[in-house]
Amino acid sequence: MAVLRRDLTLAWRQRGDMALPVLYALIVTSLFPFALGPEDALLRRIAGGVVLVTVLLAMLLAMDAMFRSDIEDGSLEQLMLAPQPLALMLGMKILAHWLATAVPLIVIAPLLAGMLHLPTPVMPVLLLALLLATPLLSLLGGVLVALTAGTRRSGMLLALMLLPLCVPVVIFAAGALAAAQEGLPWIAPIAWLGAALVLAVVLAPLACATALRIALDS
Amino acid sequence: MSPSLQSFFAMGGYAAYVWPAYGVFFVVLLVDWLAPQYRRRRLLRELRGRMARQEARKERNHRHSAAST
Amino acid sequence: MANWIPLWLHKLSSPPVFYRFAGRWRPWAIALALVLGIVALYGGLVLAPPDYQQGDDYRIIFIHVPCAWMSLFVYAIMGVASFIALVWRIKLAEVVAMASAPIGASFTFITLVTGSLWGARMWGTWWTWDARLTSELVLLFLYLGVIALCHSFEDRRQGARTAAFLALIGIVNVPIVEFSVNWWNTLHQGSTIRLLGPSSIAPSMIWPLLTMTVATKSYYIASLFGRTRTDLLALESGKDWVRQIAENEARA
Repeated sequence: MAVLRRDLTLAWRQRGDMALPVLYALIVTSLFPFALGPEDALLRRIAGGVVLVTVLLAMLLAMDAMFRSDIEDGSLEQLMLAPQPLALMLGMKILAHWLATAVPLIVIAPLLAGMLHLPTPVMPVLLLALLLATPLLSLLGGVLVALTAGTRRSGMLLALMLLPLCVPVVIFAAGALAAAQEGLPWIAPIAWLGAALVLAVVLAPLACATALRIALDS
Repeated sequence: MSPSLQSFFAMGGYAAYVWPAYGVFFVVLLVDWLAPQYRRRRLLRELRGRMARQEARKERNHRHSAAST
Repeated sequence: MANWIPLWLHKLSSPPVFYRFAGRWRPWAIALALVLGIVALYGGLVLAPPDYQQGDDYRIIFIHVPCAWMSLFVYAIMGVASFIALVWRIKLAEVVAMASAPIGASFTFITLVTGSLWGARMWGTWWTWDARLTSELVLLFLYLGVIALCHSFEDRRQGARTAAFLALIGIVNVPIVEFSVNWWNTLHQGSTIRLLGPSSIAPSMIWPLLTMTVATKSYYIASLFGRTRTDLLALESGKDWVRQIAENEARA
């Protein structure tokens, strides 16, 4: 719990940094009508997918910073020596990172979707899909960030490693959006995302702890 | 070129697809075969260089200690 | 070490012993690969008749399918070696896992390119997002990720163990990707693509295919042994047995 509070406080102190992914998402989303033309029918079709991918990319940008400051000042190694289970504490760190990074993005998602004329009935499905997909990404990304903990510049490497893991998440989230837009039942892919999230919440912190031990043990 | 050899290379009109495919196969595996050989030779060369330098240093120290006694 | 491991296996995991073992068998492996490969190519390119649907274009199958099988086979070996490396911390397992990665990546790359060339004629497009192709592409990214991660560590052994963990994560991911893309394609009524043109393969086409399969496996062993030997030299460069080899090589 203390870990959670500490990380959130730190994030709040640097709230300028929190604004960066949001700004990025706004810019990218607004570029699409300029790039593809403002024709309503086209924007309507791609709106869900574009918002999804933009949010994901924005999260990827912020992912690298997840454990970086803690590695640099040595507090991560101290955490590894603490009596509490490492997996639990890493889980809290990932939660803090998700709260600071993804939640602002989810909050502005309706704005982004509106800019691209997403039909209003699809909006709640979009929010639900993001609510399930973003923590999945944070959890999976956390494991990969832990693996690259010992290396120097890891941005590109992280993106390369994260892409294969992203594909199923994006597919199911986008599938739900496409179904909702057609008026078809969208609960099945959402259920898959939910199940995956539950699994990830249980397994990812453990994998993250293992990854950290492997990457940092010298 | 004899007609049968010519038709062999033409591959029923699909030569532009079949031969590059086989080409990629050979080239990639050739690179995969040769790259480690090159690395191994370079590795052993560097190792010999390091060993020679170590020998020279030992020789110098030996001579110095012998001279100082 | 567990007692159920036979002594010869334990001895083999020692770097200088494996170095000699691999050195002895490597020439045989590559010779077998070359002989079988030439036989398979002759059978596939010359002896087998043209396909009644695709003409001579189908002959890409004789390298495409064995390479596709190898891309998965090598990944499985890499996975097993990674598991052994992480659980028992055996140096040789680490080296074998990392040495397999570039070979697997090569086979995956060949699979994608030859498949694209074959598909360009068969389906009229260079690429399509069906489950198999997407999974193969993801597999390539996984191989590249393992190679990149391993090389980004100063300490070779740590890099190998970290990349081994990534390889194991990847093993879980590939079936998930295939499953999800399959589902996505059915959602979009995707084209049903049959990867093998003729529905039943004539025996004259099967034996070159199978021969090439064995040839590629033999090549993998030869290449693996070569890379492992080089990697062992690099890893143990301070040890006496490596110095001895460096000296012997200079004299030869």
